[in-house]
Amino acid sequence: MSEREIAVRMSGVCKSYQRGSQNVPVLEDINFEIASGEFLALMGPSGSGKSTLLNLLAGIDKADSGIITVGNCNITSLDDSELADWRAANVGFIFQFYNLIPVLTAFENIELPLLLTGLTRRERREHVLAALEVVSLTDRMDHRPSQLSGGQQQRVAIARAIITDPAILVADEPTGDLDRVSAGEIMDLMDHMVSDFGKTIIMVTHDPRAAEKAHVVRHLEKGILMES
Amino acid sequence: MFMLKLIFRNVFRHKLRSTLTVVGVAVAILAFGLLRTLVGLWYLGVESSSSTRLVTRNAISLVFSLPLSYKERIRQVPGVTGIGAMNWFGGVYISEKNFFPNFAIEAEPFFDLYPEFRLTDEEKKSFLRDRQGAIVGRKLAKKYGWKVGDRVVLKGTIFPGQWEFTVRGIYKGAQRSTDETQFFFSWDYLNETMRRTVPRRADQIGIYVVGVANPERAAEISENIDILFKNSLAETMTETEKAFQLSFVAMTEAIMVAIQIVSYVVIVIIMVVAANTMAMTARERISEYATMKSLGFKWLHIATVIAGESLFIALLGGAVGVGLTFPFSGIIERELSQFFPVFRVELLTTFMQIMAAVVVGTVAAIFPVWRGSTITIADGLRRIG
Amino acid sequence: MKIPISYSLRNLWTRRMTTLMTVAGMALVVFVFAATLMLTDGLQKTLVETGSPDNVVVIRKGSQSEVQSGIERLQASIITGQPEIAIGSDGSRMIAREMVVLINLPKRGSNKPANVVIRGIDSHSLALRPQVKLIEGRMPRAGSAEIIAGSSVARRFQGTGIGEHLRFGMREWTVVGIFEAGTTGFNSEVWGDADQLMQAFRRPVYSSLLFRLSDVGSFSKLKERLEGDPRLTVEAKLEPRFYLDQSEVMAKFLRILGITLTLIFSLGAIIGAMITMYAAVANRVSEIGTLRAIGFQRSSIMIAFLSEALLLGLLGGITGLAAASFMQLITISTMNWQTFSELAFSFSLTPATIIQSLGFSLVMGFTGGFIPAVRASRMSIVDALRGS
Repeated sequence: MSEREIAVRMSGVCKSYQRGSQNVPVLEDINFEIASGEFLALMGPSGSGKSTLLNLLAGIDKADSGIITVGNCNITSLDDSELADWRAANVGFIFQFYNLIPVLTAFENIELPLLLTGLTRRERREHVLAALEVVSLTDRMDHRPSQLSGGQQQRVAIARAIITDPAILVADEPTGDLDRVSAGEIMDLMDHMVSDFGKTIIMVTHDPRAAEKAHVVRHLEKGILMES
Repeated sequence: MFMLKLIFRNVFRHKLRSTLTVVGVAVAILAFGLLRTLVGLWYLGVESSSSTRLVTRNAISLVFSLPLSYKERIRQVPGVTGIGAMNWFGGVYISEKNFFPNFAIEAEPFFDLYPEFRLTDEEKKSFLRDRQGAIVGRKLAKKYGWKVGDRVVLKGTIFPGQWEFTVRGIYKGAQRSTDETQFFFSWDYLNETMRRTVPRRADQIGIYVVGVANPERAAEISENIDILFKNSLAETMTETEKAFQLSFVAMTEAIMVAIQIVSYVVIVIIMVVAANTMAMTARERISEYATMKSLGFKWLHIATVIAGESLFIALLGGAVGVGLTFPFSGIIERELSQFFPVFRVELLTTFMQIMAAVVVGTVAAIFPVWRGSTITIADGLRRIG
Repeated sequence: MKIPISYSLRNLWTRRMTTLMTVAGMALVVFVFAATLMLTDGLQKTLVETGSPDNVVVIRKGSQSEVQSGIERLQASIITGQPEIAIGSDGSRMIAREMVVLINLPKRGSNKPANVVIRGIDSHSLALRPQVKLIEGRMPRAGSAEIIAGSSVARRFQGTGIGEHLRFGMREWTVVGIFEAGTTGFNSEVWGDADQLMQAFRRPVYSSLLFRLSDVGSFSKLKERLEGDPRLTVEAKLEPRFYLDQSEVMAKFLRILGITLTLIFSLGAIIGAMITMYAAVANRVSEIGTLRAIGFQRSSIMIAFLSEALLLGLLGGITGLAAASFMQLITISTMNWQTFSELAFSFSLTPATIIQSLGFSLVMGFTGGFIPAVRASRMSIVDALRGS
């Protein structure tokens, strides 16, 4: 594994939350690496800290201590504004509840991250159409989220996640709100992202069926990463 | 461009809520505009007063009159170009509900002193010929359906008796702000009647209206007039027409101040309502803002979306409010002409209405913008579902 | 089965911020509503207290106010002879022949002139007005250039404090006393000897006559006789009526203004309440579904939401009323358009205003909450449970 390029490296990462007057530790001294092009599933009971871990390496939450390196970048040294720019270019998000903007069409939702780039309208359109092709939703591009099924919404979300061509995709329970058939479709799509587009995926899930698609499954319990 | 689209769509997301808020803002802006106009009207007499006219009255108070003999002496004061006697008549038409200002005036100098009352030469001539003639404003004539030649009877309050007049002219104002609800009749008629009935009250003048050629000399001329009558039985007090009108306005200032305060209170009320609405809206959308942030959007983008929506709603309401102000003031001018001779919305009022809408939209956005732009993504996302 | 009121209360508490804002909006409206009522009541109170119920004011027919009126000496003596007038302890008739004029005095501080009533009084003037009490100094001596000032005048106008001087009618007048007249209009007057003032102002006529009836029941007969007497052209009014009539225009203006403002404002507040209640319903769709599934009736849901709205209204009402009660400390002074004299009155909080304001706030809450409450109660259980 050491000869392959490292996509994410966490060393000595700790994180705790303030609940009232109490300090609740969530993650304790996490050390691990993910190779580029790997599909990792994080499993563990509720409250084990897996979502927090995901948030940390995606740069939407800050670690109390430790170093997180994604690609060549030490994201723990970035400030809020730099983190935002970094996320826009390097990370794609897939959420349990899709988190699409309800007032925007499928097309516009996918286009959203591109607005932060310098692309022209025409270029953006080309990118979005290509992404729609990948998730097979070209015929639904003018529909709003409320007019789409759960599976279709998640496919829009995946298209939005890959539109800026980030190296890493993070997925938090991507199949948690879906029936078995739709969940299967989503997992196939994610698999496709890794095998054909060379993305690195880190996925938090409860669903063993979803975890089957992953190359590596790691378990998190009470903030401690179990050896696999 | 895209932000505008997002703002626009967000506005129409809760159609009912947005409509209610727009209506609320519109009503407040309308009320604000009408109240400001009302306050402005109070000062209308002051605004429309001429700078080339002075008013000489008894120094004790308006209740006391001046002798007729003062007229020639005032006319001799250098700089005075004309002088006319005027008495507040205070007559009542049929019942006290039908209030309008009525004055006895010296017919001849009147036309020169008040060029803003437009009459045809024919009307002027027939007024000068008829001792019991009267000149009435266009709006007043319209209200009571008077035409030239009609007979009008006023009941005297200060000067007892039933007074008969014949309408000899209907004047139009030279400016829109000219009061067209006044009633003038010949001072000679009043004086001759008093001479017959209460001789003690004859030859008494309420105020002298003094014309001057050069407004810059008004202060000096006023002083020269007052010096003439110093230490006499009826000392005078001469001031510009503007100051004279202002002294009336000042006495009812308390009410105007109250109305002014109230006009701001209405804006504060709607500000609270709008702020509440925007806070509620932002709370519901907090996960969307978190999502946008996770995609790399910064706080300024989020702030633009929230503030944009708030301003859009406030300005839409403001536009409706401003738009309604004109027809409403038209209705007030028509229906309540006895209280408000002119009910015209000033450009400044419209501007203040728009500013008020901007302030409402801005203030309403402050809290939601702060929440939306400071919330951490992890917190915002956790609120889903 | 009823949903307990604490459910509504807790929900308001949970959404503290929204509740607070909605209540603030409503409180402001109730404040304006109550303040205008208080203002009209205050004016009314001042006017009613200014007059004594068994006193009669006589002025010249059609003259509307004392300042515009004039009664010749001969006429005054005819009226003084009327048998209905009460006899005082000194054996003379309780009648005061008075002269009233306005003079322009500059205010202290601002130097802005305002009209002040100067009343030339008779020996019975004070006795006929039990509300008026001398609080400092002494009464003016008959035949001297001495005057006394109402406390409201003394406080606000230059030269009207005790020992100070005023100059008018080519004479110097010394203030020898200050009188207090409660909330009545006399507080804004200056009093002096009628004969002295009539000389100074060169006015040979009285302005008004004020007398006490020995029996109020005889008023209509007396009025008829006085007004029908060909030697007199006067009208007689009971004193309270006289003062009410004098301020009719002002009272009407305040009333119309108050009603208009309140209507406009309440529209804003009702909209605010409606938005809040709609959001309350929308946020709790699944909660409503659960309650219905457990077995609560549609009517219970409706009542719960309606109580919530009514509570909002009531909170706003109480807050607004509490704020408005402080307005009682404020005195408004303005010119009365009918008499051109100064009129000072305070905000006055009456039980009727309290009831009306709270009622009004409940109506606002009800109006704002009704449609959202109906919507909540109409929701089907299945849809409500599915919605999140």
